[in-house]
Amino acid sequence: MSQKEPLFSAKNIKLFTDPFNSGNPITVLVLGICSALAVTVKLQPAIVMSLSVIIVTGLASFIVSLLRNTIPNRIRIIVQLVVVATLVILVDQILKAFAYEVSKQLSVFVGLIITNCIIMGRIEAFALGNKPLPSLIDGLGNGAAYGMILVTVAFVRELFGAGTLLGYRIVPDAWYLKNGGFYENNGLIILPPMALILLGIIIWIHRIINKSLRDK
Amino acid sequence: MKFLRKFLDKIKPSFDEGGKYAKLHSTFEGFESFLFVPKTVTSQGSHVRDCIDLKRTMSVVVLALVPCLLFGMWNTGYWHYRSIGGAGDLLTNFWFGFCKIFPIIAVSYIVGLGIEFTVAQIRKHEINEGFLVSGMLIPLIMPVDVPLWMVALATAFAVIIGKEVFGGTGMNIWNPALLARAFVFFSYPTQISGDKVWIAGLTGGQGVVDSFSGATPLSIAAGGTGEAAANMSGETLRSQLPDVFDMFMGFVPGSIGETSKLAILAGAAILILTGIGSWRIMLASTLGCLLMGWICNLLAANPYMELPPYYHLLMGGFAFGAIFMATDPVSASQTNTGKWIYGILFGILVVIIRVFNPAYPEGVMLIILLMNTFAPLIDHYVVSANVKRRLKRIKPNV
Repeated sequence: MSQKEPLFSAKNIKLFTDPFNSGNPITVLVLGICSALAVTVKLQPAIVMSLSVIIVTGLASFIVSLLRNTIPNRIRIIVQLVVVATLVILVDQILKAFAYEVSKQLSVFVGLIITNCIIMGRIEAFALGNKPLPSLIDGLGNGAAYGMILVTVAFVRELFGAGTLLGYRIVPDAWYLKNGGFYENNGLIILPPMALILLGIIIWIHRIINKSLRDK
Repeated sequence: MKFLRKFLDKIKPSFDEGGKYAKLHSTFEGFESFLFVPKTVTSQGSHVRDCIDLKRTMSVVVLALVPCLLFGMWNTGYWHYRSIGGAGDLLTNFWFGFCKIFPIIAVSYIVGLGIEFTVAQIRKHEINEGFLVSGMLIPLIMPVDVPLWMVALATAFAVIIGKEVFGGTGMNIWNPALLARAFVFFSYPTQISGDKVWIAGLTGGQGVVDSFSGATPLSIAAGGTGEAAANMSGETLRSQLPDVFDMFMGFVPGSIGETSKLAILAGAAILILTGIGSWRIMLASTLGCLLMGWICNLLAANPYMELPPYYHLLMGGFAFGAIFMATDPVSASQTNTGKWIYGILFGILVVIIRVFNPAYPEGVMLIILLMNTFAPLIDHYVVSANVKRRLKRIKPNV
């Protein structure tokens, strides 16, 4: 018990990198899909959302893990919710204070981080049974892996749906049909069904690369 | 012929396992069975042997589509010359349409077959002929001015996401051709709705004679709803629509293949006589459409509702959808009772979308996709009802 573990031990690194591959919260565990559909129309909100989720998952796992021996088992969900809700409110207030435009775009989805399955999932599955530091790493890793998928989807959707990235024009104006060109933005990619199809394609590619995930 | 056979036999070993081009095995096989009757026969189990296989089935459907295609080519030219104030003769009209439509067909086949061939090589499947029909249907349900890259993108989407993801021909839930159209419809709505896209050259801003409108019968009819129609009588709306003969013959703007009901009926005759299209679905959808049209007549809340029920058969893509697309043997209901339910619901819902939802002047595409989604469910209940009925027969007292 008293043996000290270095921060970058192989185990801790695996805790952080595993969510990016065979333990990915979105493409393997299929958690947090709702926000992945809702906030990925543009790249900027997706990035902000990802950062918020990384902070909340990391800190929530850390705090719950600190309290894990004092929480009575029967009321643990309530306690977890209090912790997560406090953090989410903090993030929400900070966004409103320093990034008002983005927080308006994200609207209720910042508040809905509370119900993001990934956070509760990591707390239940990991933080309640592990020490604070590994829990923090696990939370950060899962949040970052969630963010990776979110940003990928948002990248495709903003590029083909609006012809811009982070608000900067990528597809030249002269290409558009209304300016005498040939190109037109894809309207379907802005709609939630196409986000779901994109997620499906990401899952497909992921399983081509990682053979261990395929159903037998 | 002999020479061809000899040549194929000579190069065959290099496509077999271990050969130089083993990866292209199914490509070779596809071409071989395209040129000759395949020699392979089933080796186990009992099968009903019939000379009609997937390839023949698909060829008959393509044949049934030819009248629509030819008429569509003529009609494209006819409306183009009308919109610029001239009038072409039969051949000029036809030639203009041919030049417009042939590229769309070529793009649809090249992209679709290219993907099918590639996937067949990767999965080591045989090449299926399923795309032969979809590749012809896609151009026929597009507006004539649709940019070719959109056709390519839509075809790729329909074949990959609509078909190959589910396991290829015969496994798809939705009709691939309609999926391609739905893709264009939601991705590039300005290219496939409105009054201008149906006539070649109008979107490009070519000169239009005064008082010319490219409005389709359906968009005129949609004017018979809402506030615009507050003081309109049913008679006025009917006088604004093209007359029944024109709509039947197809002298109206619309998607390439959908306008002529005569050509569609010719196709329907081929499909029914060869037993390839389900007459139950065709009849049921017609009845459903007439039924809902008649109910609208009874309600008669606006001029659109007062239109005689048979107008709904003549306007828009209903006939084309009911004959060629709702009867798709893969995505439609499989049971006979199911086909009746499927067809009647299709007919009813199309009229509901048209009349009660002016935002969508035409509902055929979305309703066929919707009914495709429900087809397995309908079949499930038809089968389980049958099982229940027969069980009751053996134990009458339970």
